[in-house]
Amino acid sequence: MSDTEHRGSGLNETQWQQLKTLTASLNPAQTTWVSGFFAGLDYAARADLLPENGTAVTSPISDPANVPSTRTLTVLYGTETGNSAALATTLTKQAEACGLRVTMHDMAAYKYRQLKNEQDLVVIASTYGEGDPPQSAAGFFEFIEGHKAPKLPDLRFAVLALGDSTYEYYCEAGKRLDRRLEELGAHRLKPRVDCDVDYDEPAAAWIADILTSLDSRRTQTGAAITPVHPAPSAQTDTPVFDKRNPFAATIIENIVLTGRGSSKETRHVELSLEDSGLTYEPGDALGFMPGNDPASIEAVLAALDLTPSALVKIKGEPTPLGEALRSYLEITTLTPRFLDHWAGISDADALVRLTQPDHADERASFIRSHHIIDVIRHFPVNKIDAETFVTGLRPLQPRLYSIASSLAVSPDEAHLTVATVRYDLHGELRQGVASGHLATRAELDGQLLVYIQKNPHFRLPADDVPIIMIGAGTGIAPYRAFMQEREARGSSGQSWLFFGERNFRTDFLYQTEWQSLIKDEILTRMDVAFSRDRNTDGGGKVYVQHRLKERSRDLFAWLEEGAHLYVCGDAARLAPDVHLALAAIVAEEGGLGAAAAEDYLQRLQRDRRYQRDVY
Amino acid sequence: MTMTLSSSDRSRDLSQPLERLGPDESLKASSDQLRGSIAQGLLDRLTGAVSPDDTKLMKFHGIYQQDDRDLRDERRRQKLEPAYQFMARVRLPGGVCTPAQWLKMDELARAYGQETLRLTTRQTFQFHWLLKHDLKATIQGLHEVLLDTISACGDDARGVMCSVNPHLSALHAEVYALSKQASDYAIPRMRAYHEIWYGQERVASSEPEEPFYGSTYMPRKFKIGFAIPPVNDIDVYAQDLGFIAIADETGLQGFNVAIGGGLGRTDQAPATYPRLADVIGFVKPDDVLAVCNAVMAVQRDYGDRKERSHARFKYTIDDRGLDWIKAEIERRLGFELDAARAYDFVSNGDAIGWRTGDDGRHHLTLFIENGRIANLPGRALMDGFRDIAKIHDGTFRLTPNQNLTIAQISDEKRPEIERLLEKHGLCGLNRQSALRLNSMACVALPTCSLAMAESERYLPSLLTRIEMLLDRHHLTSEPITIRMSGCPNGCSRPYIAEIGLSGRAPGKYNLYLGGGFHGQRLNRMYLENVGEEAILAALDTTLGHYARERLEAEPFGDFVIRAGYVKEVKTGKDFNN
Ligand code: SRM
Ligand SMILES: Cc1cc2nc3c(=O)[nH]c(=O)nc-3n(C[C@H](O)[C@H](O)[C@H](O)COP(=O)(O)OP(=O)(O)OC[C@H]3O[C@@H](n4cnc5c(N)ncnc54)[C@H](O)[C@@H]3O)c2cc1C
Ligand SMILES: Cc1cc2nc3c(=O)[nH]c(=O)nc-3n(C[C@H](O)[C@H](O)[C@H](O)COP(=O)(O)O)c2cc1C
Ligand code: SF4
Repeated sequence: MSDTEHRGSGLNETQWQQLKTLTASLNPAQTTWVSGFFAGLDYAARADLLPENGTAVTSPISDPANVPSTRTLTVLYGTETGNSAALATTLTKQAEACGLRVTMHDMAAYKYRQLKNEQDLVVIASTYGEGDPPQSAAGFFEFIEGHKAPKLPDLRFAVLALGDSTYEYYCEAGKRLDRRLEELGAHRLKPRVDCDVDYDEPAAAWIADILTSLDSRRTQTGAAITPVHPAPSAQTDTPVFDKRNPFAATIIENIVLTGRGSSKETRHVELSLEDSGLTYEPGDALGFMPGNDPASIEAVLAALDLTPSALVKIKGEPTPLGEALRSYLEITTLTPRFLDHWAGISDADALVRLTQPDHADERASFIRSHHIIDVIRHFPVNKIDAETFVTGLRPLQPRLYSIASSLAVSPDEAHLTVATVRYDLHGELRQGVASGHLATRAELDGQLLVYIQKNPHFRLPADDVPIIMIGAGTGIAPYRAFMQEREARGSSGQSWLFFGERNFRTDFLYQTEWQSLIKDEILTRMDVAFSRDRNTDGGGKVYVQHRLKERSRDLFAWLEEGAHLYVCGDAARLAPDVHLALAAIVAEEGGLGAAAAEDYLQRLQRDRRYQRDVY
Repeated sequence: MTMTLSSSDRSRDLSQPLERLGPDESLKASSDQLRGSIAQGLLDRLTGAVSPDDTKLMKFHGIYQQDDRDLRDERRRQKLEPAYQFMARVRLPGGVCTPAQWLKMDELARAYGQETLRLTTRQTFQFHWLLKHDLKATIQGLHEVLLDTISACGDDARGVMCSVNPHLSALHAEVYALSKQASDYAIPRMRAYHEIWYGQERVASSEPEEPFYGSTYMPRKFKIGFAIPPVNDIDVYAQDLGFIAIADETGLQGFNVAIGGGLGRTDQAPATYPRLADVIGFVKPDDVLAVCNAVMAVQRDYGDRKERSHARFKYTIDDRGLDWIKAEIERRLGFELDAARAYDFVSNGDAIGWRTGDDGRHHLTLFIENGRIANLPGRALMDGFRDIAKIHDGTFRLTPNQNLTIAQISDEKRPEIERLLEKHGLCGLNRQSALRLNSMACVALPTCSLAMAESERYLPSLLTRIEMLLDRHHLTSEPITIRMSGCPNGCSRPYIAEIGLSGRAPGKYNLYLGGGFHGQRLNRMYLENVGEEAILAALDTTLGHYARERLEAEPFGDFVIRAGYVKEVKTGKDFNN
């Protein structure tokens, strides 16, 4: 970006300084993004100026002068936790409102052969694992990235990538699609936008941008744009609680499940959903909006010499800094955005160096090993004002927890199984925001802000279908819900649970419950692996995948009989290790080659018989 | 239940079909000679426990299922099963242990037993805190040094006791050898132990596995011990079958035979009572094993198998009459016992400190408070004895009072051992009040499933308070026996202490006074179900009185009877009156 020397018209000095600081910290890609962002804001702002009832809006249907576009628009999304789906829906509704001929598909259900017939394609996809697409979109990615993918010379496309900048492969799945569509000859309508976890505004801007370019009438007339987030439906009296409008659930139980002497702390939390109207199915997750630890807030304020009463803008509203740090902003885990921000403000060589593209690895490891507080302490900035500091922070995000109960057994309740994240960094004990909140700031009868996060990709099959549940640590949570549900329904299908943790004596989560389920023959089988117990067979550490292999014959027989397979828990190690073990089992027992075994598992996945909920 | 059976009444014994007997009899009979489903239970990874039936069978293997009672309630709320763990009791006749064996105990305790060992009131080691999946490794480790846990518990002949310091004379050596023979003789022959713990193959055989025990073993535990006067350290009168060595200048002549000792009782159940053994005659050393066989066979065949609380030999004797029992023993022996010979006991405590034997070797008996070997702050008992075992060329002796004798120390090694004791803070072990040196507490909480009150964890601090009283009454160096048990079972033999305490509820005990100083007389309850203040007040009064008015060499236990605090207990049945 070229250096702008003069203050832009209409900006005051502070704003001008902030803009300059920001500009200095941006790399070229970010600059592009920021320009798009402002464009979108501008567009949305102008749209907002229009009268509520939209007299100026020329409805495409009612106004015969408007010739509907002959091109069709397809909105395709790949999602795990529903963010992409929600944005796709918004986009679709707005497109419809503009009179566009639009259809929306989940990549999971999209007919790949249709692709070559598409005209305008808008893709929204999130990233998981090591730059992977959401699990349900894996098939689509394989198709489009494989050699069977058609050439797409007539296609116009745009990609919105969802991700989390604290991950190494940021928005990688979106990037892959963007790259690939171009390779296949398609024309990019608009540059890809990568969205961090606070995607609301950039996504809204992008949607506006896309619609503008698709619907030429709107640019001419400045037609209304409906808000990205529709207001709660007017028909219902009780408010519908969701991510944006979470319910204050009362804590009715909060105990430590791990026994004395355990190397970890895992809690069982029960929440009352009474009068919320919230319901869920086994497999769903609960979103929880935490607050930051007062001690972390103190530390930040002290390091910056700021007072909690200083006002900052949160969602456009002036908010006391103390409150903003407590309830609205992420103040612990370091993000690339903050690093860049602080490098710009502090001008510290060490930080500036990290922002350069050729120091990516160093930068990643720095981010992993430092919190925001470490950065502001080690690279102090004199007399920083609250607003400037806050610009570098991203909004506090809700955390998801698999629901560990079934409404059939505990009506109006949601139970969670939460591992308290605690670790030492630079000689200081650090604690996860949400899990720490639950461990230290969630007394009985207190309240937590929650919503239900649907998880349609993790569902029980019909009652008579056998299930194999594989989980480690808190990955056991949804299986407690599954078994409660099956017990309540009197399901006839067999069930087999594999569970792994560190130590038998202290970490066998819900041990007595599993024991009685086994005794009552509701749970058919259970195998456990405790990695830190002495291996009495003399080998190395034992994990669930080892138990799977020990049971290889029975396991394969279950699969052949139509069992559904579930994997829940750690995404980095458990899921891939279990997958490898399963592939080996299928190969061995089914007498298949490696490729055929992999096919077998993929078929299971496609048939939704192999579902994962990993994090 | 107060009943006297006629000698011909066989309605409650082995002659009856199993359905007529208590459930444990069927369990034993259908256990496939103690195999049960133990082997399968060990493989069940979902629980740290074994099945309830198997817990009973495992006792015959010397292994008790327990749980950490401190955590029981907490874990229930945490949706965790009780913190199941196992106690394993080693079979160690006469308490004799080689340094190599000690080192193995130490190693196993460090690996699987929470770095602690417990010396018991019957001269052996107990491991606590063993997890199910470590049991095999522990038992196999013991096997490496030729030790096992067979029948250290269960309805069978328990560990055989023998007075300590056998190397002070050839007599002791001879008696110890016999106690070992008796142990080997009386032990069950079960193959289950070898199969389950050592992984040996089951061998088909047409011979009965247990020629003596059959499939239902004994009605209840059976305890054998050998005492060598003048020391009654083993409390010979508490044994089901006791042998009292009789010797003259020419050596061992034989043994007086005492039968029917046993201490277990139940509160509020007057039909249960502690009983001291009766001396019924004299036998030659060569007849010892035959006597073991005959006495055990009588109890095997006539013992009550309907009701376990009435199944000890002491009740068989009182039900049928001592004369009848004696006659039955003699009938089975094929000869009559000689008349008992004269003997003299002076105490049931240990000779604490250094002794030099007639072979010129040295013996150091160390006071181990309640038999607990662990690395305590300032007192590294585990480390210290490990270091000593590494250089020691004699043996170790576990005493019947939960203490430890480092036996047969050579002149050369003595300074080195003294240095090691110093190094690990063990020099002061014996520098205690005479009361503490004569104290014992059973294990009780947190491991013992039967405990009603603290014992091992509590007695030391109670003693500290009693010591203040002793100090006031100038009795600090007066040997007085005091024993505490966490429940009425009496594992620390509290009913033959001058001061006895048995737990009733947390913080509450029965206080007994008047036991015989050398184990010859039961004590009697003086206060029932009281707390520390009442106990201290009672002791303050009686000890103060004792200090003022005792006769020359009069033990405290004798004094409280003479002074009228309690009435002398003459027989077991009289204990509850
Ligand atoms: C370790 C030891 C106490 C100690 O602090 O040293 C002990 C500990 C236990 N005894 Fe004992 N007894 C111990 C010597 C005794 C003695 C003393 C003796 O034999 O000289 C007695 C009294 C004599 C007698 O047998 O009458 C004794 C009478 C009992 C009884 C009552 C028996 C009865 O006839 O009523 C029980 C309960 C039972 O058997 O039902 C018992 C049961 C137990 C158990 C196994 C509890 C149980 O059944 O679940 C205790 C294990 C606690 C633990 O956590 O370790 N223990 N027990 C002693 C081990 C001796 C050994 O090495 O074999
Ligand atoms: C669908 C889904 C279901 C989930 N279900 C569950 C569940 O059932 N139970 C459950 O407990 N969790 C579950 N999670 C995870 C949960 O959402 C949170 O991510 C987790 O509780 C941590 O959140 P936090 O706010 O406590 O930690 P944060 O404040 O978010 O901190 C976590 C961050 O701390 C850092 N960190 C962690 N350990 C170290 C270390 N040793 N050294 C340096 N840095 C470290 C890492 O950067 C990590 O990302 C689920 C997640 C998803 C997506
Ligand atoms: C377990 C897990 C792993 C993730 N891994 C990545 C990643 O590697 N790269 C990335 O950019 N974002 C990653 N994210 C962030 C998600 O892409 C982000 O939360 C996105 O908003 C989710 O959108 P969705 O609800 O449509 O799936 C991860 C999120 C979770 C929960
Ligand atoms: S006396 Fe009772 S409490 Fe003490 S060890 Fe024996 S059985 Fe347990």
